[in-house]
Amino acid sequence: MPDGFGTDHQRIDGRAKVTGGARYASDVVVGNVAHAWLVTSAIARGRITGFEDAEARAVPGVLEVFTHRNMQGAVAETEFFAKGGYVGSTIRPLESDQVWHAGQIVALVVADTLEAAREAAQRLRVRYAEEAPAAGFDAAGVEVVAASDAGFEDAGVGDADSAFAAAAVKVEASYSTPTQHHNPIELFTTTASWAGGKLTLHEGSQFVHGLKHGIAAQLRIDPADVHVVSPFIGGAFGARGSITQRTALVAEAARRLGRPVKLVPTRAQGFTIATYRAETRQQVKLAASRDGRLQALVHEGWEVTSRPDAYKVGGTATTSRIYACPNVRTKVHMVHADRNTPGFMRSPPELPYMFALESAMDELAYALDMDPVQLRRINDTQREPIKGLPYSSRNLVGCLDAGARAFGWERRSPAPRSMRDGEWQVGWGVATSIYPAHIGTATARVTLLPDGRARVQTAAHDVGTGAYTAIGLAAAEGLGLALERIVVELGDSDLPPAPVAGGSNTTASVCNVVIKACEEIRARRAQGQQGAIEVYAENVPEGLPPDSIGKLYQGRNALGGGLEGGKQAMAAFGAIFLEVRVHDRTREVRVPRVLGAFAAGRIVSPRQARSQLTGGLIWGIGAALHEQTEIDPRSARYMNDNMAEYLVPVNADIRQVEVLLLDEQDTQANPLGIKGIGELGNVGTNAALANAVFHATGTRPRDLPVRIEHLMA
Amino acid sequence: MRPFSYDRAAGAPGDAGTTWLAGGTTLLDLMKLDVMRPERLADINGLGLAEVRLDAQGLHLGALARMAEVAGNAEVQRHFPVVAQSLALAASQQLRNMASLGGNVLQRTRCPYFRDPSHAACNKRNPGSGCGAMDGANRLQAVLGTSDACIAAYPGDFAQALVALDAEVTLRGAAGERRMRFADLHVQPGTTPERETTLRPGELITGFTVPAGPWAARSLYLKVRDRESYAFALASAAVALDLDGKVVREARIALGGVATVPWRAAEAEADLRGKVLDEASATRAAEAAFAAARTHGENAFKPELGRRTLVRALLLAKRMEA
Repeated sequence: MPDGFGTDHQRIDGRAKVTGGARYASDVVVGNVAHAWLVTSAIARGRITGFEDAEARAVPGVLEVFTHRNMQGAVAETEFFAKGGYVGSTIRPLESDQVWHAGQIVALVVADTLEAAREAAQRLRVRYAEEAPAAGFDAAGVEVVAASDAGFEDAGVGDADSAFAAAAVKVEASYSTPTQHHNPIELFTTTASWAGGKLTLHEGSQFVHGLKHGIAAQLRIDPADVHVVSPFIGGAFGARGSITQRTALVAEAARRLGRPVKLVPTRAQGFTIATYRAETRQQVKLAASRDGRLQALVHEGWEVTSRPDAYKVGGTATTSRIYACPNVRTKVHMVHADRNTPGFMRSPPELPYMFALESAMDELAYALDMDPVQLRRINDTQREPIKGLPYSSRNLVGCLDAGARAFGWERRSPAPRSMRDGEWQVGWGVATSIYPAHIGTATARVTLLPDGRARVQTAAHDVGTGAYTAIGLAAAEGLGLALERIVVELGDSDLPPAPVAGGSNTTASVCNVVIKACEEIRARRAQGQQGAIEVYAENVPEGLPPDSIGKLYQGRNALGGGLEGGKQAMAAFGAIFLEVRVHDRTREVRVPRVLGAFAAGRIVSPRQARSQLTGGLIWGIGAALHEQTEIDPRSARYMNDNMAEYLVPVNADIRQVEVLLLDEQDTQANPLGIKGIGELGNVGTNAALANAVFHATGTRPRDLPVRIEHLMA
Repeated sequence: MRPFSYDRAAGAPGDAGTTWLAGGTTLLDLMKLDVMRPERLADINGLGLAEVRLDAQGLHLGALARMAEVAGNAEVQRHFPVVAQSLALAASQQLRNMASLGGNVLQRTRCPYFRDPSHAACNKRNPGSGCGAMDGANRLQAVLGTSDACIAAYPGDFAQALVALDAEVTLRGAAGERRMRFADLHVQPGTTPERETTLRPGELITGFTVPAGPWAARSLYLKVRDRESYAFALASAAVALDLDGKVVREARIALGGVATVPWRAAEAEADLRGKVLDEASATRAAEAAFAAARTHGENAFKPELGRRTLVRALLLAKRMEA
């Protein structure tokens, strides 16, 4: 029985994962490996004035203590990824005595054993000349820069300020979202080994070809001499997309010592040697006519970034394009502080910015005395308002209707504080979810073997999403085979390149090219070709330049689709419905149920799609109720850098989670009509929760996470 | 982590340099973080001391009984619900499976300035160095029993049940065995926050006795926290009531998450004695319990949350069928 798109199937790598057969980067045993331990900066701003390393070097088994004193110049300066480079931070540790942020790598100790490396690292004393750091928004010494100065296009149309002033009904409020860290269970491990001038890296990566080319540039070697091995990834969420600077240090240490070196940093070090979701502040103004039609939308955002890097997510590019509104003004600012450079974290722009917009929509609904579902229906549009591009497909209204029906929304009593169950105040909230549909240039090799099995090879990445299975199903569809007869190989830079696992593009990008290869195989078979048939295929999606293939081979992504480019706007949509209970005395917020209804194009692999969306809804609850990196405002240090105090939902926090998948065919978006669902589920969930809390309590949470002390007034 | 010697203890006492290893759930963490640097670990897991026994005198608990085992004991749940609940609501199942009762009551604070030696200021870890938490990230730190030197919160739960029920702790040391009130085990930071208990060097906790009393069955532990499980208390209350109809004969109250030590709320107990237990009397008692609270910025909400937690706990205990 052939399988194909839509087949409900368990993960083809599931057995390996649950039985320990799947080898993650730090599981790989490399002979004669030396162990590295990081020493990170206790200060956030200043200079290193000296090291006392005699005690550290005296620990038996210590091979070397690398600092800027002996590593300066070893790692080349490379461009920030947003400027066409590879690195997620241009701060090069061990390059100079300068400290840019707390937790910056200031030494790498390598020893025969992990224990010796750790002990020596703890015995290394670093002397600093400390300057007062700026920890974030309210600190003296931050530098505020318009994102437009860094090439960001602030979306706008009409005259939003005049329309706001003239409108009948309006709301205006400020919102904030917290610093959050990805905390993938797999730590930021790297093992580097050299043989005959060639470097092999075992490291969890969302972009093995990017890592290959980036590390080559950093170490000034030929990319052909780099092999990145990353078949399994223990969570990524954006943290493994751009290159972190630790990899080059480990590789350089291995080169100098003539021995493989393995680094397994601590959980706490992961907070500062990789990226994170920066805190935002936002201001939203919405105005509507009395019938609920939006007349003006103003959305401004401020985002923290590091001193040297201009990172921003700019979610106004999305929030300006969701609803029909003739007058829109947006503006994004970056606030440079003494912090490590932030980066992609699941739904980077939409998670914070949709919180503000969808909270403001709820506030507007109350100002209009209108049902919040109805307000979103009224303002639905099939054309985004900024450039007037048609949506390739859009069924937000279908999601709202199906979700409301399944949730029982008609039983909601609209007034705040009007629903109750014993000691618990009950509230129901709703929000829109959106995620731009991306597709990138990709390549793949598919081989049909004479015994009727097939092999798919592409340097795409399964970051835990189920990509192995989805890609296998594409080959099953294309070749008319059972999934059991297909072997999928991913996550290796010796394979044909595929884009970064980011922007939820993998399924669309890779399935389209795999189907192309399969069609060629079928054609050759129809022409009578015998034996094994191996086809290498490239796919350049409509609207992307032909040279994007060459760029992909240099580790540079080309992603198309989305809301801003091209002739049409492409996005997946959803509607989130959520119930909270707030204890009337002690104010704990509990979430007995959440429901998401989604219209996301063709669903390739339904079981994993449901799993992704379920996980997204859970993440959204955590993002609203639990996750916050605490920062000491004096030292600019992260304080809860461990899994006991950096809170994510535990099983007891998650009760009923329901996912509805609406049928949607969209051959405009790409030939297969795949939109991507990896980041859709968590968008809007935070706003749905905050809106439900308002409904339950009459207190409007505008600052995340929602905490007990915010609800005690 | 520094090198250390390891052996299996044949029995107390140890010498002054000995650190006892039971479940290891706090100690090994802090050794890896370089906060604790013991020279000699003596593994006491072979010593037995795992008794869980009820008799007419009360509940007898060996120091090496595991948290999960006591939490799941049906007799403990029925006759001393506050004990079982305080254990069940602590940590995670995996930690409760490993952690011993004796180790649990000695769990070190979660104050982040204590747990990371790269923070220069921590009077508890490095006497005289100052307190990073006082004007820093202190949302989880204490408002009762603090001093100018330290506001680190005592993080455990079980100890509140022991304090509330007037438990005794049994110790074995160089001078033989001794017993004392559990309430005398922990000491407030004062000017010497590095000194957390009255244990003598090399002394080992061997067990606890929780006396029977008319209040033990009508008891509960209420823990308010940021998530439903595996989180430290923002505020908690161990409550045991002996009621004559609606009138309080005796109330036993201890508070967690808000104090530097397991905190007996004697003023609240005195306030309730002889009163009809209702919203008004519970609120007055809660106000008495927090009359001496001192806040430090981020933890300014704790007295109010602590009061609400205690009122809720008292009214819940009143409704119990005991």
